[in-house]
Amino acid sequence: MLAALKTRLAERADTNVGLLAEFENPGALYDAVKALHSRGYRRLDTFSPFPIHGMDGAMGLGVSPLGFLAFVGGVTGLALGTWLQWWTSEVDYAINISNKPLFAWQSSVPIMFELTILFTALAVVGGMLAFNGLPQPYNPLFHSERFGRATDDGFFLHVGRADGRFSRTSTADELFALGATAVEYVDHDGATDVQPTTSASAHALAPAS
Amino acid sequence: MATVTSKTAYGAAPSGASAVASAVPPALPSYPDGSPLTLEDAPLVRGNLSFHDITELVAHHTEKKTPTGWFLAFGAALTGLGILGLAIAYLVWNGPGVWGLNNPVGWGWAIVNFVFWVGIGHAGTLISAILFLFRQKWRTSINRAAEAMTLFAVACALLFPTFHVGRVWLVYWLLPIPNQMWMWPNFKSPLDWDVFAVSIYGTVSLLFWYVGLIPDLATLRDRAVAQGRMLRAKIMAFFALGWTGSNRAWRHYERAYLLLAGISTPLVLSVHSVVSFDFAVSLIPGWHTTIFPPYFVAGAIFSGFAMVVTLMVVARRVFGLENLITIDHLEKMNIVILLTGTIVGFAYITEFFIAWYSGVEYEQYAFLNRMAGPYWWAYWSMMACNLIFPQIFWVKKFRRSIPVMFAISITTNIGMWFERFVITVTSLHRDFLPSSWDYYSPTIWDVLLFVGSFGLFFTLFLLFLRFVPMVAIAEVKGVLPQADPHFYHHHGDGHAGPHHVDFQQDAYVQAADESQTPADESSAAAH
Repeated sequence: MLAALKTRLAERADTNVGLLAEFENPGALYDAVKALHSRGYRRLDTFSPFPIHGMDGAMGLGVSPLGFLAFVGGVTGLALGTWLQWWTSEVDYAINISNKPLFAWQSSVPIMFELTILFTALAVVGGMLAFNGLPQPYNPLFHSERFGRATDDGFFLHVGRADGRFSRTSTADELFALGATAVEYVDHDGATDVQPTTSASAHALAPAS
Repeated sequence: MATVTSKTAYGAAPSGASAVASAVPPALPSYPDGSPLTLEDAPLVRGNLSFHDITELVAHHTEKKTPTGWFLAFGAALTGLGILGLAIAYLVWNGPGVWGLNNPVGWGWAIVNFVFWVGIGHAGTLISAILFLFRQKWRTSINRAAEAMTLFAVACALLFPTFHVGRVWLVYWLLPIPNQMWMWPNFKSPLDWDVFAVSIYGTVSLLFWYVGLIPDLATLRDRAVAQGRMLRAKIMAFFALGWTGSNRAWRHYERAYLLLAGISTPLVLSVHSVVSFDFAVSLIPGWHTTIFPPYFVAGAIFSGFAMVVTLMVVARRVFGLENLITIDHLEKMNIVILLTGTIVGFAYITEFFIAWYSGVEYEQYAFLNRMAGPYWWAYWSMMACNLIFPQIFWVKKFRRSIPVMFAISITTNIGMWFERFVITVTSLHRDFLPSSWDYYSPTIWDVLLFVGSFGLFFTLFLLFLRFVPMVAIAEVKGVLPQADPHFYHHHGDGHAGPHHVDFQQDAYVQAADESQTPADESSAAAH
């Protein structure tokens, strides 16, 4: 089991090792992802300055499970709020006033509600960071100088080395054929430019429709 | 000035981008007959900006050398902050007796200012959460600054109740922390609900704001690396958490944003409802009304939008962001001000009607006393500023006039401050027993504390303008027509036009006026 965990961690560290291709615009990126996904590539990721509408579908990703986490957070907050209100008035510091019931849910609603919201928000933000593996101080992609534009106006497609169909030359050719303007191979020790093979370069000049 | 009623008018949308289109957008769409676009159809971003232009336009202001004007403004704000420190020090040393509070009026400026600031904060959440859920894409240009305004307004608001408790070093007694008295706070008191509501509101607003900031901080980080400013890059990298813009991350990020918007919406409505309970659950005539929660929420949005307009009118000019925060954005905010101002005015009149209709002598007296009693000037300032002045926005020319909207935004905030003053003071100063009636006036320490809270607000806001991207860069890029991958496909898939057209509503017919460029705004303003 320890070995399996080690393999998983090593795989995770290598997620962003592979070919990084730059595309001209979100449309070209979207088409390229769609094409690669239909050809069986699965370890794909795109990098863009803003979320691209429809990209989850093109990459074959479902709806984020964050909603469940939010629900768990909300239920936790509600339970905690209810317990706080009930326990303080019914058990810990019970004062009998005119023989009224010790615990009244009506006057407890605001605090129960606010705690529900607080815990939902914490679960959502914490869950988002956890699912995304943030904070992530090191990422091999930062070796690529070009990659700095991913947060400005660059549109990148990454094919992981771990992908079953990955090949450093033929995948790069495929990327060029799909309209990539530049392709780099990114590893832990740096990024190196990849040139198209001669047959592919002629192809790349033609518009990818 | 022609109007177009249907999106079918977009049948002949311009095409010019080839299949391998560059990121440069084609000419802005206009109606085929050349008439100006309606407010709904007007582009959210002007000036034919590319993605990089937007980055440059916003990020530049955090990277350039600090301008002298900023130092001057910051110096003024720091002076205000110093006044705040002085007012607080004097207050804590001597106790709340330095304020003008007297026996019937046990709540004065401190509560007025608290409600005033919390209300201002609400517009930020409205813009970031409620408009997001309603798919109002124009919010993207203003939500960052409006959310920052929320945070700083909540910080100012918290000052007042914190120091109103008198012995501020025991303020933690409000929290459900076991203490040496073996007692819990009174969870049945709206004042304690306030502690929960406002502090959780501040926390959730901060989370929401920070989540929105992460992609833009990554932008600043990458720009700092490219500029070779490594210390700056390290600081930005720390706060950007290693964000790369990966689609696998955007997937969770967008979900998180939607969920936060979903929970912030009931939260913001609950916060001002709870604030209104401070008054509404008591038996004081003038406070004991069920209309308070919705009326307070509408008033909060009203005053908050006014504050956003005040800040944005100045900021867009100073920072040259007229293409991102366009005159159309301002007009939309002015429509919200007109709507909520009218709701608030309607609530004032409803209160009067109910006071008469209730047949309760004390209720009736409380309202007549508001209108014609010793505080008549406060009442009529409120009525004029909140109900009457915003009606000028029925005229389109005034909705799009910078000087008019600036003036109205200021009078609105004055009016909303007076609203809280009227509610608090006029109801208290003549209570059930005429022998205890008194007149309340603030002292210099009330005034200085309020002035000082503006110092705190503007200090924080100026720091924000200096160091943080004041417009949500990633979100603005996302609403550009060329951000949609279908923008680049011109093969009859029905997506040839800019995609915000999808949200156009046929029923609302309105013609935008001719001013389509920032230069025209000044001429419009001159009318």
